[in-house]
Amino acid sequence: MPHLDIIDLSADYAHLKVLSGVSLSVEKGEVVCLVGPSGSGKSTLLRVLMGLTLPTAGAVKVDGREIDYHSKASVRAARDRMAVVFQQYNLFQNMNVLRNITIAPVEIKGRPRREAEEEARRILARMGLAEKHAAYPDQLSGGQQQRVAIARALALKPEILLLDEVTSALDPELVNEVLDAVRGLAAEGMTMLIVSHEMAFVREVASKVVMMDKGKIVETGAPRELIDRPKTERAREFFGKILRH
Amino acid sequence: MLERLIRELPRFFSPENLAFLAQGVGMTLALTFIGCTLGFLLAFLLVYLRQTPGWWAAPVRLLAITYVEIFRRIPFLVITYLVLFFIAVFVDNASLFLIAVVAICIYSTAYTAEIIRGGFESVPRQQIEAALAMNFSRWKTLTRVIMPQSWPVIIPPAVAFMISFIKDTSLVSQVGVFELTFRGKELNNMGFSGILVFGTIALLYFLMSYPLTRLGAWLEKRLAASRHHRPQR
Repeated sequence: MPHLDIIDLSADYAHLKVLSGVSLSVEKGEVVCLVGPSGSGKSTLLRVLMGLTLPTAGAVKVDGREIDYHSKASVRAARDRMAVVFQQYNLFQNMNVLRNITIAPVEIKGRPRREAEEEARRILARMGLAEKHAAYPDQLSGGQQQRVAIARALALKPEILLLDEVTSALDPELVNEVLDAVRGLAAEGMTMLIVSHEMAFVREVASKVVMMDKGKIVETGAPRELIDRPKTERAREFFGKILRH
Repeated sequence: MLERLIRELPRFFSPENLAFLAQGVGMTLALTFIGCTLGFLLAFLLVYLRQTPGWWAAPVRLLAITYVEIFRRIPFLVITYLVLFFIAVFVDNASLFLIAVVAICIYSTAYTAEIIRGGFESVPRQQIEAALAMNFSRWKTLTRVIMPQSWPVIIPPAVAFMISFIKDTSLVSQVGVFELTFRGKELNNMGFSGILVFGTIALLYFLMSYPLTRLGAWLEKRLAASRHHRPQR
């Protein structure tokens, strides 16, 4: 049984079809990378999975259990098992790093504060940010903020981690800081769905690559198959353009 | 005329008259503070109701919008008379202080609701989505994320509104509330020079408003720098 099963999923933004019949299975511990041009529906797919955009058709199952996106309880249960890291970090600007990471474990999941803070410090150390626990988001670089955002997601102890273009807002020299953190998670066997434009990184960490365009899946395959020998004309055109740079 | 004013000065600034005016100042500040604070709390509730999602909350949202749209467009003095006559239907000899507080409350609720709504809506949508994605309830999202980030937008105009209301409370003297302006009329009726009486009243309004205006400007400077900066300590 797939860990995450997306079946014929569709979504609209104000009558504009942004996802159209997307089907995708992600096994436990698998790292699936979503690639494709801007506006192809990659980020929307993650938003729909988290219940931030309502699907108009299709189904999503986690360990075989379908999420009812019209039921608060069902969406809450799904959000208990999945966590998302946003492209723009979305750290709470009024809280320091430690509070950003511990607020949900303490106030939503009811973990003891001391335990949550110890866990947060451990995760921060793993992200190379041990000394930044008291800093506010505006005191951190983009790469540091993005790693805090990853730490915040990990503190929720998710089974599935969704990463939305986590390096696209960063300066090139900061990209590796974040990618190293994600590489570590992949090595630990975390199930991940990653939207990324970093093809070298995708090649390295992905067990499966999915190319999307105009809200649909164009082609799916192992990284070397899809990136180096795409079968469809659209995928050839896309990889041809981005790999030339 | 100047001679008459100078002759009147010692009698006008007698301890009795000063105490009489001080009570007026106290009444004006109490009306403003109690009315605006209650109004602010009710406005907060109104905005919370107005932003309740779901079709079932549509009547509540409509009611909240209607309240704000109506009472922001009625002059404060008219609201005061309406409250006076409306309360008189149900309660004999209702306290004029209570009538004034209710009127101020009705008016300030409608005004500050718009200030609070603007503040809440100034918080980037992404902040709210991050909270939702972590299973924050609506209340937790409001109190932990939206409110702390919207204070810099809400507090300066809310304080400015309250300060301006110190002056507007003079209107409740029309229904006989014994606040500062009403006391001025009383002293004038007792034969004191109108220039002396209302000059003093004007000075007292200035002395009440000015420190609060400075406080508002200080708060604005302190808070409005950026919500993206850590709270200043």
